[in-house]
Amino acid sequence: MDKPFYHALKIDEELCIGCSHCMNSCPTEAIRVWNGIASIDEDKCIDCGECAKVCPTTAIYVEEDYFDNIFKYRYRVALIPSVFVGQFPENIKASQIYSVLHKLGFTHVYEVERAVEVLREAVWDYQKEYVDEYPIISSFCPAIVRLIQVKFPSLVDQIMKLNTPSDIAATFYRKKLTDQGLRDNEIGIFYITPCAAKIASIISPVGIEESAVSGVINSNSLYNRVYREIKNETGDICAVPEPTVIHDYKLLWSLNRGESRQAHGRTLAIDGIYNAIEFLEMVENEEVTGIDFLECRACSQSCAGGILNAENRFLIIERLKKRIERNNQKTSDYKSSGIREYKDFLASRIKLGDIPSRSMMMLDADMLKAMQKMKNSQKIEKELPSIDCGACGAPSCKALAEDIVKGNATLSHCIFIQNKLIKNNEINLDTALGIIRNIWGNRSVK
Amino acid sequence: MEFEYKVEGGDFTNAGSASSSVKKTLKKLNVDPKITRKIVVALYEAEVNIVAHAYRGDILVKISPEQINITLTDEGPGIENIEQAMVEGYSTASAKVREMGFGAGMGLANIKKNTDQMNIQSEVGKGTVLSFTNFLS
Ligand SMILES: Nc1ncnc2c1ncn2[C@@H]1O[C@H](COP(=O)(O)OP(=O)(O)OP(=O)(O)O)[C@@H](O)[C@H]1O
Ligand SMILES: [Mg+2]
Repeated sequence: MDKPFYHALKIDEELCIGCSHCMNSCPTEAIRVWNGIASIDEDKCIDCGECAKVCPTTAIYVEEDYFDNIFKYRYRVALIPSVFVGQFPENIKASQIYSVLHKLGFTHVYEVERAVEVLREAVWDYQKEYVDEYPIISSFCPAIVRLIQVKFPSLVDQIMKLNTPSDIAATFYRKKLTDQGLRDNEIGIFYITPCAAKIASIISPVGIEESAVSGVINSNSLYNRVYREIKNETGDICAVPEPTVIHDYKLLWSLNRGESRQAHGRTLAIDGIYNAIEFLEMVENEEVTGIDFLECRACSQSCAGGILNAENRFLIIERLKKRIERNNQKTSDYKSSGIREYKDFLASRIKLGDIPSRSMMMLDADMLKAMQKMKNSQKIEKELPSIDCGACGAPSCKALAEDIVKGNATLSHCIFIQNKLIKNNEINLDTALGIIRNIWGNRSVK
Repeated sequence: MEFEYKVEGGDFTNAGSASSSVKKTLKKLNVDPKITRKIVVALYEAEVNIVAHAYRGDILVKISPEQINITLTDEGPGIENIEQAMVEGYSTASAKVREMGFGAGMGLANIKKNTDQMNIQSEVGKGTVLSFTNFLS
């Protein structure tokens, strides 16, 4: 088997009250409650972060590196996506933000979206040379890539085999610095992430061997640090190099229609994990015809809706667009960051290798056994109340039935079945309460 | 194992429900995603054909570790010239059906392309029996 997949979403068992909100919101049914605590099935989790959004006790969190880890490197690059800057109120200038980033310890700041300059052309070339089934599905959102791997395995070949702006940007910047004479192992590139899926894709990348990014910093925690500094106005703003202009289409790449507007032919943009699932079902059935390119993002409002952003998604978009407008008025001459000169060097890095499917829907790898299990689970399902109350610690009656045939649960986990068993004298009340405690912890039955 | 589904003529909103359900089943049975996709595409086309051209129909899906066999039996006008119906681009779809985005005359050809065996029997004025098989190994 492949190496285990890293997931950035973790559950703090101290904070988790086993309330099952997360279990009911997970689009891949990866969560179960046992012993009063939610647990995530690593094989099914796609790091979309829906669970963290609904958790009332913030028990589901996104693991991050200690900020001081950046100081392990002599040269420290902050790789920032445009939505990071979009969080700040408009009266705070980009140069102020960059200056504070330097003050906090970064030696370089580089914008992720600059990589779009070479990526957009690669997308056009890819579209021109593409001969497989349509639509081409963008590889931009790592949660969507993982969703397709586990839930829509027959679509993996349709994922565009092109790398993400963040990895291309990191590859370019590392090369640029080493060309300036810096030692590769002294360069640390830290991506400021708006979501959990990006972290997972950096630690367990798909389609490349290893990410060019050295570490990840969560957008909200860095936002707080930077914003605090700016508010404190401690005066000594560091000098930062004059920023070069970034075109609108690049800055908007990570927002809704950022890619689809640029790709050729008939394109479609979808945001939100449930919208994506609904549409991918149709793509898989080939019910969708005539679409050439599909932009697909797990978060509502794409990266502006990332769970690690400190600000509201709609405000981020509004502020970012305001910033772009303002910049357009200020500067007219465009100066590249130099990434174009590295186009040939980046060419091989932009291409992704195969993306394997790793279907997690199966009941058993052996088909005969799977058929037997399916028969059994259908029989069990008929006995269950089909009200999906979740009291068994599984998200639906169907999920419980499948858990039972996989040997991960028993019929008596269902409280309706329990009542029947008690009536038939097959178990007593104490046993029933014991089962409830096993699922929901001691807190549940006082 | 066997599954049965019913299809109503003219009910375009529900066309595809059998193929979606079969798809879920095949994923649970760990059938190769590529083969699953072919079967689902073929079944979807066949379902739509009953919806678009016939009055009502029954679908029988038989799954074994060796093969999947699907038979669709409908009550409908039947097909006069099967050979002609199989030709890519041939369609008798009504204007209404075309408005819904169907009627390119690609369905039967698509079913043929996506299956290992295919067989149509039809009686004009009575109905059509379409059966196809995909081998799993
Ligand atoms: N179940 C059926 N009952 C009666 N006629 C049928 C049936 N299935 C197919 N046909 C006939 O065969 C023709 C060709 O079918 P085919 O599925 O290839 O194309 P279509 O349904 O017309 O268009 P498309 O499938 O591309 O939407 C149909 O136009 C219709 O005349
Ligand atoms: Mg047809």
